[in-house]
Amino acid sequence: MKSSSYCFSDILSLQRNNNQNSREKRRCRQTQSLMALRMWASSTANALKVSSTSRPHLLHPFSFSRCLSSVLDGLKYADSHEWVKHEGSVATIGITDHAQDHLGEVVYVELPESGGTVTQKSGFGAVESVKATSDINSPISGEIVEVNKKLTETPGLVNSSPYEDGWMIKVKPSDPSELDSLMGPKEYTKFCEEEDASH
Amino acid sequence: MRGSLWQLGQSITRRLAHGDKKAVARRCFASEAELKKTVFHDFHVAHGGKMVPFAGWSMPIQYKDSIMDSTINCRQNGSLFDVSHMCGLSLKGKDAVPFLEKLVIADVAGLAPGTGTLTVFTNEKGGAIDDSVITKVTDDHIYLVVNAGCRDKDLAHIEEHMKAFKAKGGDVSWHIHDERSLLALQGPLAAPVLQHLTKEDLSKLFFGEFRVLDINGSQCFLTRTGYTGEDGFEISVPSEHGLDLAKAILEKSEGKVRLTGLGARDSLRLEAGLCLYGNDMEQHITPIEAGLTWAIGKRRRAEGGFLGADVILKQLEEGPKIRRVGFFSSGPPPRSHSEIQDEGGNNIGEITSGGFSPCLQKNIAMGYVKSGLHKAGTKVKIIIRGKPNEGVLTKMPFVPTKYYKPS
Repeated sequence: MKSSSYCFSDILSLQRNNNQNSREKRRCRQTQSLMALRMWASSTANALKVSSTSRPHLLHPFSFSRCLSSVLDGLKYADSHEWVKHEGSVATIGITDHAQDHLGEVVYVELPESGGTVTQKSGFGAVESVKATSDINSPISGEIVEVNKKLTETPGLVNSSPYEDGWMIKVKPSDPSELDSLMGPKEYTKFCEEEDASH
Repeated sequence: MRGSLWQLGQSITRRLAHGDKKAVARRCFASEAELKKTVFHDFHVAHGGKMVPFAGWSMPIQYKDSIMDSTINCRQNGSLFDVSHMCGLSLKGKDAVPFLEKLVIADVAGLAPGTGTLTVFTNEKGGAIDDSVITKVTDDHIYLVVNAGCRDKDLAHIEEHMKAFKAKGGDVSWHIHDERSLLALQGPLAAPVLQHLTKEDLSKLFFGEFRVLDINGSQCFLTRTGYTGEDGFEISVPSEHGLDLAKAILEKSEGKVRLTGLGARDSLRLEAGLCLYGNDMEQHITPIEAGLTWAIGKRRRAEGGFLGADVILKQLEEGPKIRRVGFFSSGPPPRSHSEIQDEGGNNIGEITSGGFSPCLQKNIAMGYVKSGLHKAGTKVKIIIRGKPNEGVLTKMPFVPTKYYKPS
C-alpha cells in the first residue's frame, strides 16, 4: 500500500481547520487522512520496533483498498495533469490532485491576465513548489474571462483544494468540441497509474 | 503540466553532470534499472521514499514528510540522510600530505591529526573540479569525501596525478571505501541521539573533528560536520552494519529524527549558504569567486603549490571579477540561470541556486554578480520567465549556522 503526500497535505489542511471543503468531500478526506495516519503510525512503529496495536485508536477499518489522489466525476482531464469543468458558456481550469501531489507544497502560482487567450496544449502559467517549477498547459482554447486572484496570496489552495478553491482560470471556450479529446475520470485514473508505474 | 519530483531528480543529475560532456550523454540515457543502489535502498522504499535518479544512483528525494516539513524538522529536531552515493576514500603514505596539497587549496600540513576542513580541488586554471571535506587522520593518512556527481572525474584526476607523483619517488597510495556506507545525522538532536550509541564522549568532539570509534557495535569513521548548517555528524559505517545503525538512530530518537531526502537537504544547504557543485561551483569558477577565500590556508596563499595557483593568487591580489552573493526576492522563486539585472536593466549576473526557504517562508537564492555590485542591500531585478522581479543582495548564511565549536 502506497501513501501519497496528498494525504499529508490534507492532514495539514484539516489541522488548519479549512472550513471551505464541502461536508461530503471532508468526510472522504478525513477517511483518507486517517488511513495516512495509520500508515504513518505503522511505519513509525516499525522503525521504533513497537507494535502498532499499541495505538488502537488509529486502527479503524476502512473501505479503501488504496490511497489514491482523488479524481472527480464530471470533469475532463489532460495528459499534462490539468482538469477542466465546462458549465454553460464558461469552463473552469486547474491542476489535478495527482499533479499537486507530485509537486509538493505550492509556494507561488503565476497566472495570466483576464482578457488574454489560451490555446489547447499551450502554457498559460506556472506553479512553483519548494523544489520545482512546472508549466501549466491549457486543456482547451478560448478567452480568459476570470483569474483566481486568491492564489496570489494563498498558493497553498492548490494543494488543499485543487478542484475547488484552487481553481486557476475561467475560459470562454472557442471550440467546445476540444473537450471531446480529453480524458474522463476513469481514463485519467488509469493514465496516472501507468505514468507512476513507469517512473 | 511538467516538473514532477522525478523530473527534478533528472534536472539535478543533468546539472551535476554539466561539467563533463561525455558523462552527460551516459547519465541522461541510463535507465532506472541501471541505477546503483545504496544498502539502504529497500529501507527507503519501505518507509515511503520517493526514489529518483541522482548522479547514477537511485536516491530518496522525499519521504512521507513534505520537503517543507522535513527541512524545518531538521533544524528543530533532526534528520537522518543516506549520503552513501558520495564517495569516501583514504590516501595513505609518508607523502600523502604533500601529494594532496598539490591538488587542493587547503593547508593540509597545518591540520592537527583528527581534524578536517572543507576544501576545493582545482584545475590548472584555478577553477573548481569539486569541493570535498578532507580529514587528516594521522600525518600519513588522509580521509576524504567527494561529491557523487564528481566521483568519476575526481578519481581519474587523483589517479593521474598519483601516477606522476609516485613515478618521482613519492610514497602515496589510496583506498576507495566502497565497502562502507555514509549516513549524515544532522540537527539539534543529532549529538544526544548518537551519544546513546557510543561510549566515547561526543561533547569533546568539535566541528570539523574526526574519530574512528565503535558506534552501535561497529567501527565507524565519525566526522562532526554536515552540509545543512546544523550541528551533526557524517558517519561512515561498514555497509553490512548500515541498516542496523540507521534503525538504531531512528529508534533512539523516538521518532523525532526523521528520514530526510535530497530535496530537503538541498533546501538546508541553500539556507546555510553552501555551494552545490554543478550549480554554484563549476570548473570555470575559482574558490575566490565562490567566496571560499577563507579555505585557502595562510601558508598556501604565500606559497601556492596547488593547481591553478597563479590564477588564484592573482585574484587574491587584484580581486575577482565576479562574486557569489545571496538574494532575497519577491514573486516566483528564482531558479538556476535566472538573469540578474541592475535597476537600469543591465545584466550584472546570473542565479545559480534558488528556491523557497521553508524556514524563512520567503524566496532565497545565490548567484554571481560583477565585483563592485556585490554589496549587501543592493537592489536588483531577477528575470523569471521574461519578467523582472524585485530582489536585494544579502550576506549568507540566510539561516544562522549552529556548528558545535569550543566556546
